[in-house]
Amino acid sequence: MTVTSTQPQQQFRLSMLLYDTRYRSMTIQVVALMGFMLLLAWLISNTAQNLAALGKGVDFGFLGEPASYDINQRLIEYTSRSSHLRASVVGLLNTFLVAALGCALATVVGVVVGVLRLSRNWIVARLMAIYIEAFRNVPVLLWIVFAMAIMIGTLPKPSDFRGDNATASMYLGDSVAFTNRGVYIPEPLFHNSLGDVQIFGAFAISLDFIAFIVVLGAGITGAIWLRRWADRVQEATGKRPTTWHYRLAAVIVPPLVVLFLLGFYLGNPELKGFNFRNGIHLRNSLIALWLALSFYTAATIAEIVRGGILAISKGQSEAAASLGLSLRMTMALVILPQALRVIIPPLISQYLNLTKNSSLAIAVGYMDVTGTLGGITLNQTGKELECILLLMLCYLAISLGISALMNWYNARVKLKER
Amino acid sequence: MEQVAFVRKEIVKESPPPATEVGIVGWLRANLFSSVLNSVLTVLSVLGIAYALFQFVPWIVMSSWTANSLDECRQAIHLAYGEDVTGACWAVIRERYLQMLFGFYPQHLYWRPVLVFLLLFVGIAPILVPAVPSRLLWFSAIYPFLAYWLLWGGTLWLIISIIAGFVIGYVLMTELSKRIEMLGAMLTAVAGTLVWWLFLCGPAAALLHGVVPIGIEAVESARFGGFMLSTTIGVVGIGSSLPIGILLALGRKSDLLIIKAICVGFIEFIRGVPLITLLFVASTLLNIFMPPGTNFDLILRVVIMVTLFSSAYIAEVIRGGLAGLSRGQYEAADALGLDYWKSMRLIILPQALKISIPGIVSTFIGLFKDTTLVSIIGLLDPLGLTNAIRADAAWNGVIWELYCFVGLLFFVCCFAMSRYSMYLERRLQTGHR
Repeated sequence: MTVTSTQPQQQFRLSMLLYDTRYRSMTIQVVALMGFMLLLAWLISNTAQNLAALGKGVDFGFLGEPASYDINQRLIEYTSRSSHLRASVVGLLNTFLVAALGCALATVVGVVVGVLRLSRNWIVARLMAIYIEAFRNVPVLLWIVFAMAIMIGTLPKPSDFRGDNATASMYLGDSVAFTNRGVYIPEPLFHNSLGDVQIFGAFAISLDFIAFIVVLGAGITGAIWLRRWADRVQEATGKRPTTWHYRLAAVIVPPLVVLFLLGFYLGNPELKGFNFRNGIHLRNSLIALWLALSFYTAATIAEIVRGGILAISKGQSEAAASLGLSLRMTMALVILPQALRVIIPPLISQYLNLTKNSSLAIAVGYMDVTGTLGGITLNQTGKELECILLLMLCYLAISLGISALMNWYNARVKLKER
Repeated sequence: MEQVAFVRKEIVKESPPPATEVGIVGWLRANLFSSVLNSVLTVLSVLGIAYALFQFVPWIVMSSWTANSLDECRQAIHLAYGEDVTGACWAVIRERYLQMLFGFYPQHLYWRPVLVFLLLFVGIAPILVPAVPSRLLWFSAIYPFLAYWLLWGGTLWLIISIIAGFVIGYVLMTELSKRIEMLGAMLTAVAGTLVWWLFLCGPAAALLHGVVPIGIEAVESARFGGFMLSTTIGVVGIGSSLPIGILLALGRKSDLLIIKAICVGFIEFIRGVPLITLLFVASTLLNIFMPPGTNFDLILRVVIMVTLFSSAYIAEVIRGGLAGLSRGQYEAADALGLDYWKSMRLIILPQALKISIPGIVSTFIGLFKDTTLVSIIGLLDPLGLTNAIRADAAWNGVIWELYCFVGLLFFVCCFAMSRYSMYLERRLQTGHR
């Protein structure tokens, strides 16, 4: 007996869009997309109507117009006649400056505090716990404003350094001055400078600086190569040649030679008239923002470091000990590589947080990209839409860049599991 | 030959441990002076603590509580403790603490924010304390409306007619779903509710208020400030971002590509920009995005942006919770034949939300701290008020007292919440996974 089972002729009915799982997901997505588009269209049409009513259009021409405001802390040449675009770039560089300084200090403080927090010394561990809780539970903006108020309120005025009965004095052999206008530190100068190089005819970068960085980079590469060579020798012969002094020399000696050849010396700040001249002037706002952000972020980093160290099970160090590794080698070859795998991803997201928090610079008047593009430029030109859009794009680019870095790192150190 | 054997008959008494290993001395040796480095660290720490105490305790104690300006303060301290003593001027706190707490809210109405704050704990009790009867959830549902009415005042009818919108939606939903298909009923119900809210709600409230005026004194948003403002923005932000965050998290985990793309785009965009740029949007742009003529006040705009901001973070927390469930839970829900929403509502979300409560609390702590940013766009939160007080001629030059006060208040709130979240984390570790 043969059974002929003919598939019942499926006719497409409209209701199948809803009740047939083959089509339903498509229906839902199309509806969602349409809703999203409608929302966007609604927002855009509202914006267009409102802008038309205000007599404004959307154009970015204002970026080429002269900014006509001053930025007192800057990394590249800028005058009040420069364009708004240049002011924004100066601001962006200032953001990077405070972010880089902040990440460096926060890492150092955070690692030290995190390790001390695990110390067997009761009083030190408690003190570190107090530091961590105090900074983590108070808003970062409060710390920033507070640091600024203390710097202005308690540090001496430049005029206090003057005369025979000066009430304040400079430190480190008259080279560093802490005043209520900021901190003056020596600037690096060169007797036989190589001059500047122009990039795109817009930015001047000191060739001395480039030479120094290139030589330093070459030295570090050489040191890494030396270590790899030592690894190879060890694998081949079982004996590891001592290389640490060569490696140290490779990093330190060439930059020193370059500095000597260029005739490096430090130009100290000097008190002239009512203020200090020469030297590098770090404004109050930069210092306050830098310290507050660093110590705030360091508290979180300390917890991350502590968690990372605690995450390594005791068996690992016992296994290393039973292999006969010394304490230092246990740390370098067994504990740290595993702890870093735990520590680095949240550490990078803390760097990202620090960078985003640096936008609070506007509260103390440090001219970062929020202060220039989102602050004075916005108020002067009245181009809210364009300015905030560009501002968000800047931060978004930074965030996505750092996220990409983090994904790359995660993919690299991912445990290869079966 | 006589054999001499010694056999001990009784157990020797334990000799006491060396004096250096027990008691205070032992503790000191183990914890403070176990090595040279540790000893140095201990001595340095003790010296540091002593220095800080000698600096701060006299400053805190030799202070003035009654004065009307900083100069009076200093004079009073000099009179009382000597010429070269610099003490704290707590008078500024005494004069302004009510302002720091309530902003410019009318003094005779302080009971309203206080009541709202106390009721908040009743409202969240069913979520936080398992022993509370679940009937209290009804109060949690009404609480947002009650809080709004108590804080801003005005006619009760407006609140009632807003709640009526939900009732209308519910009635439409249940009645129509008996006659037509589920989806159609849902869409009609949503449309009906929106029509009620957008067009009929206001006039209805005004009409009813004309007939039977029930209401309390209205307070305008401009008078909100201080910790009341921070708490309001923080609580409203987290409260309203929870449902949005849940939807975003589900969207991010969904198989529907377009929905997933929209959710991922939104979450990554919000998490990629600093809150301050979103607050700039609130203060300058949000009115431009709305239909011409719309103008709602700054606090509401800030709350909207803060809600969007925290919903992205909440979504990530809840995504973590969803990822924390084992696949078996999803498969079991499918095996029972539950559809997507039922499986989410009955099986997945209750578990995922439970394990994400600590994360939600820490998001709230972060948001509560971030509410200080509203001082940058000109709202008078505690930090904004601090700036205002320091700009006042009478108190020009006060630094430590004000910041210590504000910092301490934030510290107490945030520290308590973080401890609570740690306790929750321990309590929720019931051996799963």
